[in-house]
Amino acid sequence: MSSLTEDFRRREESITLSSEPAGQGETHELLTLNIGPHHPATHGVLRLLATLEGEIVRDVKPIIGYVHTGIEKTAEDKSYWKVIPVVERMDYVSYYFNAMAFCGAVETLLGVEVPPRAQYLRVIHLELNRIMSHLVWLGTSALDIGAISMLWYCFREKEAILDLFEMSSGQRMHTRYFQVGGVIEDIPRGFEAKLRAFLKEMPRRADQYAALLERNEIVLERLRGTGIVDQETMLKLGVTGPLLRATGNPWDLRKAQPYSSYDHFDFRIPVGTVGDNYDRYRVRHAEFYESVKIIEQAIDGLPEGPFITPDRKVSLPPRHELATSMEALIHHFKLVTEGFRVPPGEAYYPVEGPRGELGCFVRADGSAKPARVHMSDPSFVNLQAFHYMVKDGYIADLIASLAMLDPILGGIDR
Amino acid sequence: MPSGPVAGAGTPPVPDATELELTAQELRDLDPESILDTSFHRGRATLIAEPTRIKTVIEHLFGKGYASIASLHGVDYYPDEPRLGVLYELLDMKRVDRISVKARVHTEAPVIPSIVDLYPGANFPEREVFDMFGVRFEGHPDMRRILMPEDYEGFPQRRDFPTGGEPVLFTYNEEQTYGKWQ
Repeated sequence: MSSLTEDFRRREESITLSSEPAGQGETHELLTLNIGPHHPATHGVLRLLATLEGEIVRDVKPIIGYVHTGIEKTAEDKSYWKVIPVVERMDYVSYYFNAMAFCGAVETLLGVEVPPRAQYLRVIHLELNRIMSHLVWLGTSALDIGAISMLWYCFREKEAILDLFEMSSGQRMHTRYFQVGGVIEDIPRGFEAKLRAFLKEMPRRADQYAALLERNEIVLERLRGTGIVDQETMLKLGVTGPLLRATGNPWDLRKAQPYSSYDHFDFRIPVGTVGDNYDRYRVRHAEFYESVKIIEQAIDGLPEGPFITPDRKVSLPPRHELATSMEALIHHFKLVTEGFRVPPGEAYYPVEGPRGELGCFVRADGSAKPARVHMSDPSFVNLQAFHYMVKDGYIADLIASLAMLDPILGGIDR
Repeated sequence: MPSGPVAGAGTPPVPDATELELTAQELRDLDPESILDTSFHRGRATLIAEPTRIKTVIEHLFGKGYASIASLHGVDYYPDEPRLGVLYELLDMKRVDRISVKARVHTEAPVIPSIVDLYPGANFPEREVFDMFGVRFEGHPDMRRILMPEDYEGFPQRRDFPTGGEPVLFTYNEEQTYGKWQ
């Protein structure tokens, strides 16, 4: 903190933000500045009302809801398997996680066992998605603080991941690959070779990002010591994910409550020390390497067996059965027309998304459509910490802090 | 520490039925009217609390180690009464345990005390529940809509709120579409 900030801190004691009109007094003048909703540095359609005193941010109020599309309401009108495509569009950068949380909740209600191969395939895609999400974050965040070339480098690797997604599911984004009970299809021939080539490339690329950013004086000045929030405040605000880990708390659901066979893999949880923007950057950057390690182990140890539960009441029968078995045809017809019914109950299924704990709550009323789907999105919860990150800092640090917060407005507004 | 289900199977470990009852009894000792019921279904432990005593319940559970709220959301149990439910998914980060608290309120007087002073992270989620279900959180510092426009009428996540046909400015074929204005 510079002496300028300290000076403002001292003078702040006489300011009451809520009541004092701008332009009062001789020594200070408050200015309310509207940032967004359409602004390239807000990572979407986020509007910020910032109260400034000179260059110092005194208060900031995020205003959200500009991309609210009522996905939770839409989901109540669709059968369970048709909900997957709409929940994937909530947090549109980490779609596999949304699908995982929803499928996990429905599987809990149904009591369906997911075959080991499907669990491993899920882990491969989840971790690829985590890398992709962090790449989008790194590219756009670096752009916000002035490193334009990073965007192209990060999106180059992102394209490689999207190619892999296209190979396994036919879609680049919003893939609908995860289904209740497993995954829709096995990985095709050639996927493994392409994945291994990517896994070999990715750590080298991550090294290059670090070489570009971590010895850059401007980046270090913008990130180090800015946006500090201590661990206690973060916990009280319910913040999870890299933001919490940057403060030194190693909370990660993949280790704490392993789901989908995460306990089979050897990986580490990167943590920060002081919880400034630099730590947030370092934590996410270190997760590139850990995710690559997880995918390597998953593809090496990929078990044989079915890729979706053989329970015909839940999963579609394979094509060849339809030609020979009347029973399979009936199941197929029932699943495609009505969908499967889920016994009444409630389930909350949390997963560790790229931004923190993503929890899906599903209430079933016994019909083929969910009675309530709620996604507790980490971006929505973490945004509450933004005020604490930027208060009494420079407005330039507000942009850097927002970038390191990594909000996805599709997830916030749903 | 209760033994959770098989790791990797996907179900998070939660207090077992016995421990849930013990927790409920502790709360009843504290305030006889605080807990109405308990439910244990598919490994999910739920305390059904009296809405007016919700702060006592949450505060006690915070003290027991369930110190963070992983999710706070509303549910509409239409046509059952009381219709609206507010759910608190509490999480104990040390023991890795989850417990959920449910409070049901009527649509005629959907009011429940706010827990923002206990847990500032409940601020946005409570506003979301108000926005979508119309449950007013008493004592909330900023009880406004959060996702829907400020001048919006109705609470869209309620089960009797129709879907589709949201009026849009300059709709050229408004007469032909279905919607609530019909």
